[in-house]
Amino acid sequence: MTADVQTGAGAPKAGSFAERAHLALDDKPLRANFRRAMDGLMAKRAAQFPDAADLAALRARGAAIKERALARLPDLLEQLEARCTGNGIKVHWAETTDEANRIVLGIFREHGVKTVVKGKSMVSEEMHLNAFLGEHGIQAIESDLGEYIIQLAGEMPSHIVMPCIHKNKGQIGALFAEHIEGQRYTEDVDELTAAARRVLRDRFAEADAGISGVNFAVAETGTLVLVENEGNGRLSTTLPPLHVAVMGIEKLVETLDDIPPLLALLPRSATGQPITTYVNMITSPRREGEKDGPREVHLVLLDNGRTRVYADPELRETLRCIRCGACMNHCPVYARVGGHTYDAVYPGPIGKILTPQIAGLDAAGDLPHASSLCNACVEVCPVKIPIADILVRLRREAVRPSASNAVKGAGGGWTLSESSAWAGWKWLHANPVLYRLGSRALALAGNLIPAGLPPLKAWTSVRSKPKFAPRTLHQLARDKGFDDA
Amino acid sequence: MHDSSGARARILSRLRAAPPAPAPALPDWRAPRFDAPARLDRFRTMLEAMKAEVHEVDAADWPRRLRTLLDNRGVRAVVHGDGSDAARQLAEAWSADPQAPRLVAYDRAIEQWKGELVHGVDAGVTAAVGGIAETGTLILWPTAAEPRLMSLLPPIHVALVEEDTIRDSFAEVILEQGWAGRMPTNVVLVSGPSKTADIEQTLAFGVHGPKELIVLVLKRSGGVRPIPG
Repeated sequence: MTADVQTGAGAPKAGSFAERAHLALDDKPLRANFRRAMDGLMAKRAAQFPDAADLAALRARGAAIKERALARLPDLLEQLEARCTGNGIKVHWAETTDEANRIVLGIFREHGVKTVVKGKSMVSEEMHLNAFLGEHGIQAIESDLGEYIIQLAGEMPSHIVMPCIHKNKGQIGALFAEHIEGQRYTEDVDELTAAARRVLRDRFAEADAGISGVNFAVAETGTLVLVENEGNGRLSTTLPPLHVAVMGIEKLVETLDDIPPLLALLPRSATGQPITTYVNMITSPRREGEKDGPREVHLVLLDNGRTRVYADPELRETLRCIRCGACMNHCPVYARVGGHTYDAVYPGPIGKILTPQIAGLDAAGDLPHASSLCNACVEVCPVKIPIADILVRLRREAVRPSASNAVKGAGGGWTLSESSAWAGWKWLHANPVLYRLGSRALALAGNLIPAGLPPLKAWTSVRSKPKFAPRTLHQLARDKGFDDA
Repeated sequence: MHDSSGARARILSRLRAAPPAPAPALPDWRAPRFDAPARLDRFRTMLEAMKAEVHEVDAADWPRRLRTLLDNRGVRAVVHGDGSDAARQLAEAWSADPQAPRLVAYDRAIEQWKGELVHGVDAGVTAAVGGIAETGTLILWPTAAEPRLMSLLPPIHVALVEEDTIRDSFAEVILEQGWAGRMPTNVVLVSGPSKTADIEQTLAFGVHGPKELIVLVLKRSGGVRPIPG
């Protein structure tokens, strides 16, 4: 046994982002796992986009496609519903995750479903669907290798594309040896992969239903587009007699012509692949005479706060996201603390703007501060979401809600002490006499204030205390002859 | 069944109450183009980079070439379509030979032989309706004759693609062939064997679908013919 399975597992749930970040920063194997993975992903993406002008044109197209779809969202949702229904796909609408869970459960109860195989879906993570189905006697088995690994470990995904990126092969080998009958401990990736294939193959064959997410839904044709490399998504949506797809209401595009440019952006931005092994386009259940494919296909459209995000034109841009994960791959904060530190379904930069809008700023108001605003995420986002601008907007909303009351829980971060401090700062800077007295006082005595003084300590614990010059800028200017200083 | 019409009405009304935003025009973007010799080169190079095997073969002779490729791999049972051209050619070439792999026709609904197809077949042979050079991609358009699981369950997937059905880009294919007006139950783009990099970003093949993808590019003399669909 060479690996410590506990290390990095399930990241300890301390109270705040800052507390969890400190725990993660001290976890050396976790940091090594993320550093290696992020370096590899950044290099692979860069290699996929050698021409800056081509990339700029493609991103402009991708952003416009999603912006157009959002501009017409309610009409397109109705069009999608009509096309899907015409094709034989049953469409359901859910305002909350609880409603969505109940819809899925209802479909399964009607068909006497006992076991389900799942393709990877972030919306189903949002719904905590597996746990819900489990409570109601239905076993949902994750079939994406990464999702299968974290399901065995009882953890949450730490990355939206590569859910078990926080684990190394030693940790995974130990997990398989513990949970898979007859499996010895090994760090051989091919052997581990073969073990998962062996176990899951029977699960696919036995499953009463399959669950999947949706990468793009085409309103024009009522087509669900799913991208993947493993084939588990195709199996989940083809082998069982029933397929239930879940998607957020923002995952729409207008036409089939919109798919090629988005496909040219998604896998290259996500994993640095020119294309995924499979692009699976589902337009209807099994038709008369066809020999396989599900006999029923259901599509659940989930709101879960998205209509609220949509209500504000600036925040609406969050909904362009195609879930590639490039923002987290390039984020200096994410690379150091890992996905579990965010304690949210969507980690990294996109999570920092999405989670507070869905869960509320009162519940997740510290996330927008987990950023240095370095702009790396904005530079790589394939659909040009202004993440940094939205981070700043959310920081502002956390203490002072906008008139439109756009964000849930806005104002939840307001404290008397911070508010008073800024009021004092403003007063000092708006009053020349006070400002002069204050700056003189600091020039004379500022260096005597101990750095460990409680209000200063939070700041000076990670920074050097500034050194005050003996004379103020105004005094120096006056010495030089500026008489209006 | 759960009635979600209330949720539907509320979701749509909230979206319609939001301030409208103008829909921007789509800026110009063009998928890459290749000229004739470069097109097949690109198709092959991209597929091989993803660990697929590509063989250029005479359209009249592919069953014999395939026989050699599969014999080298110890294949004993091959699933093929029911009534497809490929099935007929395979049967003609192999059925008289007792040493040839057993030919299994996909002539029943999956429910009637799930166990055998999930565990008992070594390879599946399907015809692709076209190829895409840019990404090294096969276009599979499953039909009643060639169902969806043939290209997915067996450990080896053999895809036949006519050389003159290879196009430059997916964008070109969709437009040229008017897909929007005739989407089938399922269409799949395949660009290599099943793979994963979930463990330490190390590539491993055959995690759920085929471990090997063998592409036979069928060469004929003559001009460009329309892609069947």
